[in-house]
Amino acid sequence: MSELAITVIGRDRPGIVADVAEGLARLGANLTDSTMTRLRGHFAMTLICVGPAVAEAEAALAPLAADGQLLATVRAVVPDGEQTSNGAPYVLAVHGADRMGIVAAMTRVLAEAGGNVTDLSTRLAGALYVVLAEVELPPGVVEQVTARLAATAADLGVEVTLRPADPDLL
Amino acid sequence: MNREERAGLGDWTLDVLGPPGQVRPVVSAPAAVLSREGGAVDPTAEQTVRLAADLVATMRVAPGCVGLAAPQIGVGARVFAVDVTGHPKAGIVHGAFVLCNAVVVEASRWKAGREGCMSVPDLTGDVKRAGHLVVEGALPGTGATVRLVTNAFEARALQHEIDHCAGLLFLDRVAGAHAVYQRKVYL
Repeated sequence: MSELAITVIGRDRPGIVADVAEGLARLGANLTDSTMTRLRGHFAMTLICVGPAVAEAEAALAPLAADGQLLATVRAVVPDGEQTSNGAPYVLAVHGADRMGIVAAMTRVLAEAGGNVTDLSTRLAGALYVVLAEVELPPGVVEQVTARLAATAADLGVEVTLRPADPDLL
Repeated sequence: MNREERAGLGDWTLDVLGPPGQVRPVVSAPAAVLSREGGAVDPTAEQTVRLAADLVATMRVAPGCVGLAAPQIGVGARVFAVDVTGHPKAGIVHGAFVLCNAVVVEASRWKAGREGCMSVPDLTGDVKRAGHLVVEGALPGTGATVRLVTNAFEARALQHEIDHCAGLLFLDRVAGAHAVYQRKVYL
């Protein structure tokens, strides 16, 4: 059974999610993981579904793109199965005056320590830029990463905190 | 409010601060003063009493404002005003008061909740805060050291303001990558 990665991006309007889900449901596609948000007002949806062939899914989504306001892409992906965690989860928060390269510099520090970003969002609100990332860090690096993040943040003139993610299970 | 709820503040009321303070401009992030640890103050100093009165005056004119810390009006000092009177999520309520050099001495019953901030006007975030809190600090004017036991929304407000005095914003404590939200604007 094929697994498809689908993106739908473009001008927001009511009904896009329903249109995408209906089109795929008619093919018997099973939506597994999906996420949708608005980025600076643009509709942005990414999902994984199981079932149809690439060409079928493309045909089902073609009407969405017909007016030129939305772009839908479909590609087959190899099922990855459950990702095994390679470390402990942390939440990185960065905020400060907007400037070039904040995300690049901060995430490079994580990457160089073998950290894996598992969720990310950034927001520009007026002059304030906010980066929030969930990251898995390999054992034994958190002190060094914290120090390097602080140094990098100081260079950029932004504030940074790195805290263990809330481990509570209810 | 009843006697029990007032417990902890003793005879202290806003009257101790004298004439009404000035409404001061509120500083928005990014601003260095919001990310620096505030200095300890002398709670009996005239300057501290004026600052306390200004915090109350500024808090009062902002609709829905339940707390304001000195860094938010550009002063790097450990002083804040709180008043959660009438808030639907409040439990114990001490009314309007100002604390200097406050520290958390006990925190338990952690609970996530959405909060906003006058200094981060466009965003809100989910932050875990203690629902049961004991705080010690000094009252401006009299300088009396008090120990306040509170819960629910007043506890959240106190933690938010004590964070401001330590140079922290709610953004530094949000629960995850998707726990910050654009404040909705309805036109």
